[in-house]
Amino acid sequence: MKVLVPVKRVLDYNIKARPKADGSGVELTGLKMSMNPFDEIAMEAAIRLKESGQATEIIAVSCGALTCQDTLRTALALGADRAVLVETEVELQPLAVAKLLKALVIREQPGLVICGKQAIDDDSNQTGQMLAALLGWAQATFASRIELGEGSASITREIDGGLETLSIRLPAVITTDLRLNEPRYATLPNIMKAKKKPLESVTPDTLEVDVRPRLTLIKVSEPPARQGGIKVKDVAQLLDKLKNEAKVI
Amino acid sequence: MTILVVAEHDNQHLKAATRHVLAAAQAIGGEVHVLVAGQGCSTVAEAARTLPGVTCVKLAQGEALASAGAENMTDLVLGLAREYTHLLGAASAIGKNWMPRLAAKLDVAQISDIIRVDSPDTFTRPIYAGSIWATVRSVDPIKVITVRTTAFQAVAETGGAARLELVTGMTDSGLSRRTDLRLNILSRPELEAARVVVSGGRGLGSAERYRELLEPLADKLNAALGASRAAVDLGYVPNDYQVGQTGKVVAPDLYIAVGISGAIQHLAGMKTSRVIVAINKDPDAPIFAVADYGLVGDLNQVVPELTAVL
Ligand SMILES: Cc1cc2nc3c(=O)[nH]c(=O)nc-3n(C[C@H](O)[C@H](O)[C@H](O)COP(=O)(O)OP(=O)(O)OC[C@H]3O[C@@H](n4cnc5c(N)ncnc54)[C@H](O)[C@@H]3O)c2cc1C
Ligand SMILES: Nc1ncnc2c1ncn2[C@@H]1O[C@H](COP(=O)(O)O)[C@@H](O)[C@H]1O
Repeated sequence: MKVLVPVKRVLDYNIKARPKADGSGVELTGLKMSMNPFDEIAMEAAIRLKESGQATEIIAVSCGALTCQDTLRTALALGADRAVLVETEVELQPLAVAKLLKALVIREQPGLVICGKQAIDDDSNQTGQMLAALLGWAQATFASRIELGEGSASITREIDGGLETLSIRLPAVITTDLRLNEPRYATLPNIMKAKKKPLESVTPDTLEVDVRPRLTLIKVSEPPARQGGIKVKDVAQLLDKLKNEAKVI
Repeated sequence: MTILVVAEHDNQHLKAATRHVLAAAQAIGGEVHVLVAGQGCSTVAEAARTLPGVTCVKLAQGEALASAGAENMTDLVLGLAREYTHLLGAASAIGKNWMPRLAAKLDVAQISDIIRVDSPDTFTRPIYAGSIWATVRSVDPIKVITVRTTAFQAVAETGGAARLELVTGMTDSGLSRRTDLRLNILSRPELEAARVVVSGGRGLGSAERYRELLEPLADKLNAALGASRAAVDLGYVPNDYQVGQTGKVVAPDLYIAVGISGAIQHLAGMKTSRVIVAINKDPDAPIFAVADYGLVGDLNQVVPELTAVL
């Protein structure tokens, strides 16, 4: 079974995002970019399936500018067998990404797509669900455990209030939550080897997908800053402040 | 303009989240209907009928909807969607799961986690862990939206008298079936609804210490318990205690962060709380930058002391 893993290139999670001065977008020039952390978890899940003999091939896909090649090289170094870049300068929204992924799924016929639950830049949490919808497949979001069976999979999901386990029909789309696994790091020899692995480029046009945005960005802004308060010297003063100043207890 | 609000419930109780989503619907304006979809949930529908300003409650019941699975919820709402200009749900584990699926089936964008209604087609939402707000306009004929409940003040529970309509003809896609459900038994208020939240991080050191120190404090304050990602990953508490960018968003009157450093991903889930208290031994911990009252000290001493004087 082939496994397709979409990986997004995002601003590194350690870096605080700031709006551009004119409010037209987010300032990314010169800042460190990384693979979306949830996609690292998705890659790790795919690699473990391959190591246990349940997956035959891992295909990493990234949609965006040419620089997404870096992210794909990371995926190849981690363990993907080959990579596909869907290259475009258009600002992609989740529905457009889902349509691009659908076109690749039709071409590649994977038995499973493992996405991250959320890209930490747009915080949309949509693409996996949208892809499943467009394919008419089952979906299991926020996965913390994956067990593959014959034609079906048992997936434990993180939900409000606890955990639920679903039995879903394959092929399916799974999205990863934080507790699914702890992703490995790429080793230097594997980074070297990754340079020789196949990385193909396609475009939305060749996939015949209309990626025009449905949402127009009017502006981005910095949220009102929260005023830091004071340091209290001891528990007695804290109690006094909470009772008499903030009046919350 | 008619808006459909999809109720958040557990088949028995209408959750408060619904009343926050309704507030967002009222900010958009127009007629509002509420959909109650589930199994054995007619009491939920009755509660929904009294919500102020709601003219119609649609009740869909069936085995296929018992667990609010994404495939069946989508198929159900797809059949109703064309009557509406806006479909609104909570940005909860349930809403986040199925609403994007619905949007894709309708070939429209989904707008996640809105915190402000700028106009009926323009909304503001946080991105980059809440470091930035983005204002977006939708050109789609139907707007599918999840609402950050903490950003909208709940409407009252009563005041309305909506008519009830039954929706029939549910089908089971057969794609997915729930085989197990493990809910944490809560003896205290729900995290999202609590007036006070006591939250613990890696600084607690162990699951035992988390319980020994934070449970008595939470008991005194009738508080919900929360946690940082580190505390969840380390197994101190279950996953649904996680507050933050990729966990729950809370905005209680009082949030007490104990042994939490204040990473931006954590702040994303609590920085709109009314009053924030931080207890941390590191005077430079970033949590102090958002705390109204910071107490620098060893939590092993400070927390029992605080519990004792409350
Ligand atoms: C993709 C992604 C998503 C994430 N999502 C979330 C999220 O939703 N929520 C979230 O919380 N995090 C999230 N994180 C993790 C986040 O970046 C931080 O790693 C995490 O919040 C740190 O948890 P912490 O504050 O408990 O631990 P630490 O950062 O290790 O802080 C522990 C604190 O305890 C203090 N301390 C230690 N001992 C004592 C003592 N005896 N007395 C007093 N103080 C003490 C220390 O001074 C320190 O400040 C995410 C990260 C990524 C990459
Ligand atoms: N441009 C992209 N290229 C590849 N994968 C993507 C892209 N955008 C989103 N994804 C995938 O979809 C997941 C959820 O993203 P989002 O819906 O934007 O929060 C990510 O974790 C990725 O797995």
